Amino acid sequence: MTAASHGERLFAAPAPAAELLVRGAHLVDPREGLDGPRDVLVRDGAIAELGDPGTLDEPPDGETLDAAGRHLFPAFVDPHVHLRTPGQEYKEDIATGTAAAAAGGFCAVVAMPNTAPPVDCAAVLGSLVAEARQRARVPVGFLAAITLGLRGEELTEMAELRDAGAIGFTDDGKPIVSAGMLRKALRYQRLCGGIVALHEEDPELSGDGVMHEGAVSARLGMTGIPSVSESTMVARDAALARYEDARVHFQHLSCAESVRALRAAAQDGARVSGEASPHHLCLTDDAVRSLDSRFKMNPPLRAEADRRTLVEALRDGTIACVATDHAPHAPHEKEVPFEQAPMGTTGLETAFAALYTDLVRTGELALGTLVERMTAGGGLYGLFTPRIAPGEPADLCLVDLEARWEVGGDGYVSRSSNCAFAGRTLSGRVLLTVARGAVVHRRPVPAPQAAATGRR
Amino acid sequence: MSSAITATSATRPTSAAGDPPGTTPAGASQRHLISIDDLTRADIERILDRAESFAEVAGREIKKVPALRGRTIVNLFYEASTRTSSSFELAAKRLSADLVNIRSAGSSVDKGESLKDTVQTLSAYDPAAIVIRSPHAGAAQLVAGWTDAAVVNAGDGKHEHPTQALLDVFTLRRRLGSLDGVEIWIVGDVTHSRVARSNILAFTRMGARVTVAGPPTLIPRDIEALGCAATPTLERLEQADVVYVLRMQHERMTESFVPSLREYVARYQINDRRLAPGQLVMHPGPVNRGVELSAATIDSPQALIGEQVKAGVAVRMAVLYELLVGSPSPAAP
Repeated sequence: MTAASHGERLFAAPAPAAELLVRGAHLVDPREGLDGPRDVLVRDGAIAELGDPGTLDEPPDGETLDAAGRHLFPAFVDPHVHLRTPGQEYKEDIATGTAAAAAGGFCAVVAMPNTAPPVDCAAVLGSLVAEARQRARVPVGFLAAITLGLRGEELTEMAELRDAGAIGFTDDGKPIVSAGMLRKALRYQRLCGGIVALHEEDPELSGDGVMHEGAVSARLGMTGIPSVSESTMVARDAALARYEDARVHFQHLSCAESVRALRAAAQDGARVSGEASPHHLCLTDDAVRSLDSRFKMNPPLRAEADRRTLVEALRDGTIACVATDHAPHAPHEKEVPFEQAPMGTTGLETAFAALYTDLVRTGELALGTLVERMTAGGGLYGLFTPRIAPGEPADLCLVDLEARWEVGGDGYVSRSSNCAFAGRTLSGRVLLTVARGAVVHRRPVPAPQAAATGRR
Repeated sequence: MSSAITATSATRPTSAAGDPPGTTPAGASQRHLISIDDLTRADIERILDRAESFAEVAGREIKKVPALRGRTIVNLFYEASTRTSSSFELAAKRLSADLVNIRSAGSSVDKGESLKDTVQTLSAYDPAAIVIRSPHAGAAQLVAGWTDAAVVNAGDGKHEHPTQALLDVFTLRRRLGSLDGVEIWIVGDVTHSRVARSNILAFTRMGARVTVAGPPTLIPRDIEALGCAATPTLERLEQADVVYVLRMQHERMTESFVPSLREYVARYQINDRRLAPGQLVMHPGPVNRGVELSAATIDSPQALIGEQVKAGVAVRMAVLYELLVGSPSPAAP
């Protein structure tokens, strides 16, 4: 296996190709029309064969997993994570972050450039690529900064960054406040390619806000971040994208107004897309009544009507994919009063289980749709889309939908524990993850009836 | 809830978040006063009844009872305060407790020590109670998760100031007998006021109807969710039995929440012209004389401001007593 089998812009440490028969799992891959039990044989990095349950021969030199009653999905792709490297490795690094991704069933992640220093020149990006080739458990791609130092004032050397491996560009964590600055980046995209991804927020409207503006912020006396802080910028930048015929992606959308702006722009022919995060799809600002800083993130948890609109948009495809916005922070940073705490929640290890528990089991979202939206983030960035079909690269995750587990009960694979779902009992546990044909995660203690026959 | 004040730290999720293994979650049965939401009407009435008996102590020549002799109370103030800190200090002393006053200026807090480290350090002295004032919402609740001491919220950000609300209810109850059906208008900068939030909750819990009135820029969106009405004008102020006036901070002018002091005074100052005879006026202090209240109104017999200050000591004695000695109520489990 090469380190970047999915193209030139994803990087991982070499890993041995598995020879693995997953027998009798219930396959769900809406793109392939799959929804039923099959045998799947993985060999030489690819899906070698599919067959009816019990029909494929056990690989003589490989492993056979009896997976009857389990579900096998194309592995997930997360277009939005913070791996905190370089500079904040006490929160996360490439090895721990990609291991957390593997534990959550992800076969690839896209890392944000708001590191210290930020990824705003080819030298920093080159060091990350080298690091990923040594230490990444699953393939990682990198977005580079749109502006130097994420200051919103001068463009980075976008063409050189693309040549050095950048998938696209974002100043995530901060908006591009100046419409003129963003317009230059969108025009320059014609030369260098690469999606421009945007964190949308009007700092004048957000002010020193720390949570959603509404009944809960009124009760708690905390300054609110109004929904229109995000949606007015979505509308502005969708108009710019339309005018420049640029490809723009809106990150971590949180409110109903933004969904309406995105939908209108897409219907108007703008080349725009959007993502939403599990915490915004499952939780509301009501959680902040606890004053627990684990529920502080940017954008903030919104009202129930916003949450429902996001779910509806995910269902109808207005929001194309799920993105965790995995944002690790150290305990001492979060163990402070809410207003002082940094924004962000981890999400890689809980994304599927949270969405499955809160949306699929409640009937809000079909399982097939969830699988589709959790695997769509790579295609969106022009990378790849995992599929369960003979000849496709083997990117798979095996899940026990009936397994109930307490988030954080066994600790976390991530270096950080600031998870908005901590303490919740969720359904759906990832048992095994295969990325580019290699087993990158296996539940250390399988459930009693999980009969791995082991190597023979 | 039969206990007056809930075991806040044990029931909220904060303590589950970050406690390293091996540490004992602070006192599962310890009682705190974090929010008016922790109190039922019966709890409030019992605390105020006890405050009445402590108010009698203030009339004695020796204003002291031995209730908390040998116990330590820490006053931890991260914000400037005159009334609240001095009345907690007097309350502790009149209960014969040993008192440690810590202010952010000149302490280890100034040297960058985290709130958690400060509280854990102070907890080594085994205080019976920590009284905390912080510029940040939720600070008192966090502290309750880190110490075995009883925690009293003496103001956390713009969130709550429960002992202020209790002393205001005490003052009104003394004057009116009961708050049932009483119309109370809270006037001014509600957005930045922890007093407004605790008082809306406490007044409504005691049976009053509350309206908040002030510049629309200083009334939070969705404030009605707290159970009050909201209006941008004082046109119907004659409905009020009690006008509770909030402090108008000068920096709100420079931040353009209101265009000018002059316009604020013209629209919102409580003065003889606006007040009807018989309406009572309250203010948590410190007053900007001539801004939110006219000088004449401050000094008029309609104003209860001096009584509020006096009530502060007795009510805070009652709160400390309630938390540290407890209620002999037979209803308690």
